[in-house]
Amino acid sequence: MGSDAADRAAPAGPGRWGRLGLAGLLLPIALAALWEGVARAGLANTRLMPPPSAVFQTLWSLAVSGELLTHSVATLSRVAAGFGIGAGIGTALGALTGALPVARGLLDPTLQALRAIPSIAWVPLFILWFGIFEASKVALIAVGVFFPVYLGVAAAIHDIDRKIIEVGRVFRLSRLQMVRRVLLPAILPAWFTALRSGLGLGFMFVVAAEIMGASEGLGYLLVDGQQLGRPDTIIAAIIAFAVLGKLADGLLLALTRPFLAWQDLGRGKL
Amino acid sequence: MLRFDTLSKTYADGTQALAEISVRVGTGEILALLGGSGCGKTTLLRLIAGLDQASAGRIVLEGEEIREPRADVGVIFQEPRLFPWLSVADNVAFGLAHLGAFAREGLVANALVRVGLGGYEKRWPRELSGGQQQRVAIARALVTRPKLLLMDEPFSALDATSRTSLHGHLLSLWEESRPTVVMVTHDVEEAVTLADRILVMQPRPGRIFDEIDNPLARPRDPLSPAFEALKREALRSLGASLRKEAPNQHKAAETAGMWW
Repeated sequence: MGSDAADRAAPAGPGRWGRLGLAGLLLPIALAALWEGVARAGLANTRLMPPPSAVFQTLWSLAVSGELLTHSVATLSRVAAGFGIGAGIGTALGALTGALPVARGLLDPTLQALRAIPSIAWVPLFILWFGIFEASKVALIAVGVFFPVYLGVAAAIHDIDRKIIEVGRVFRLSRLQMVRRVLLPAILPAWFTALRSGLGLGFMFVVAAEIMGASEGLGYLLVDGQQLGRPDTIIAAIIAFAVLGKLADGLLLALTRPFLAWQDLGRGKL
Repeated sequence: MLRFDTLSKTYADGTQALAEISVRVGTGEILALLGGSGCGKTTLLRLIAGLDQASAGRIVLEGEEIREPRADVGVIFQEPRLFPWLSVADNVAFGLAHLGAFAREGLVANALVRVGLGGYEKRWPRELSGGQQQRVAIARALVTRPKLLLMDEPFSALDATSRTSLHGHLLSLWEESRPTVVMVTHDVEEAVTLADRILVMQPRPGRIFDEIDNPLARPRDPLSPAFEALKREALRSLGASLRKEAPNQHKAAETAGMWW
C-alpha cells in the first residue's frame, strides 16, 4: 500500500529528462542556423541584423578584453545590492502585515497605492535624492524587488492553514517556537517563489537603471552599442543578460531546493 | 480523573452549542461521545483540549482546571494534520523536542512499530495513504504518553477495513500507558468496539441524552450476541436522541400554521 504510493511519487528517470532538456535547444539552434544562412546568402541587411557568428565574435572579443567581466560584475553587484535590500524589507514588512491585522490595516493600503506607481517613475526623484551614481540605481532595483516579495510573504502568512497552527497550540509551542517550527516552514515555498519573481524584476530594473546613465554594466553596453551603431554589441549584451539572469535564477533555485524536498509536486506526472 | 461541571458553551452569534454538561470520567477509562451532527460533541472535545473556552462551568483534570492546551493532553483530529515538511519520524517526534536525540529516536521507532509503520521513519507524509497518515497522527499524539487522549472522529474518513485495523493499533498503543480517552464519534460500531462507556448526546443545545455502559472484555468480537445487543441499544438510543427534538419542531410548525 505504502510502497505503491512512493513509487508513483518517485521522479522519472534522468535519461528521459536529459533528452527533454536537449530537445529545448533544437529550436534556438535551428533559428540561429537559419539566420546565419540567410545572412551569408546576402538576403538580409547584416548591418542591422548581424549573423550569429558576428555576435559571438563580438562576445568573444569582449570576453577576451575583460570588458564582459567588468560589465557583468557591475550589473550583478547592483542586482545583488538591490535584491538584498528589496527582499529584506519586503520580507520584513510582508511578515509584519501578514501576522498582525493592525499592521495590515495601517501599512497595506499605502503600500498597495505605491505599488500602482510604475517603478520607473521614481527614477528622476531617486536621482535627485541619491545622485547619479550607484545609490539611485540600487534604490530603483530595490523598489522593483520589494513588491513581489512583500505581496508573496504577506499572502503566504495570511493563508497558513489554521488547522496546522492548532496542532502547534496542542503541543503548547511558545510564540517564538510557533514561528520557527510551524509558520516559517509553512511559508517557505511561497517565500522562495516570491524571491524568484523579485530577482526576475531586479534584472528588469537593472537594465532600466543602467540605460538611464551608467559608465559600466551590461545596460551601458546596450546604450553604447546603440550609439556606435553596433547591433552585434547590443545582441551580445542581451545574451549576457539572459545567461546571467538564468544563472542567478538557477542558483536561487539550487539554494532553496533542499528545503522543499517534502513538497508534493507534479514533477513528471503532468 | 476528568470532570466536567455544568459545562456550557454559547458562541458569539448566540448559538448555544452545549448546555450544562456534567460528567465524570475515570482514569484509564475510554469514553465515547456518540451523537448526530450538531450535538456539540466536537465543541465539547475542543473545550477539553483547551483550544476553546467554555462560557460557563469548568473542566478539571486531576484537580487542575483546563483553560489552555496542556502537555499531558494529546489530541488526534479528524484529519491527520501532519506537518508536510517533516519526515514521518520528525512528525511523531514533534512533541518530544525537550528530549535528547537518542531517547527521541527510541520512542519514535517504538511508536511507529506499534501503529504498523516500522521502517517508515524517513518517508514524507505525502508518500503515505490517508490511513497511514492517520496512524502517524495517532503515534504523534501517544508518543508523549499523555494522561488524557482526545480523539475527534479520527477514523471517519477511512474505509471500513483500515478503520478496523486502526482500532487495533490504537488499542495496542493505549495498552502501553492506559491513558484516559475521550473520543467523539457518530459510528455506533466504533463506539461499542472501543469504549468502556458511551454517552449519547442530543442536539440543540448539546446535552447528554443517555449513558450506556460497555462491560465487554477486550478484544471484543463484533459478531458476538452481547456486542450485537449493545450495538442495538446504542442505535436505539441514538435514534431516540434525534427524534426527541422532532416533536418540538412539529409543535412550532403547528403554531405557525395557526398563526396564518
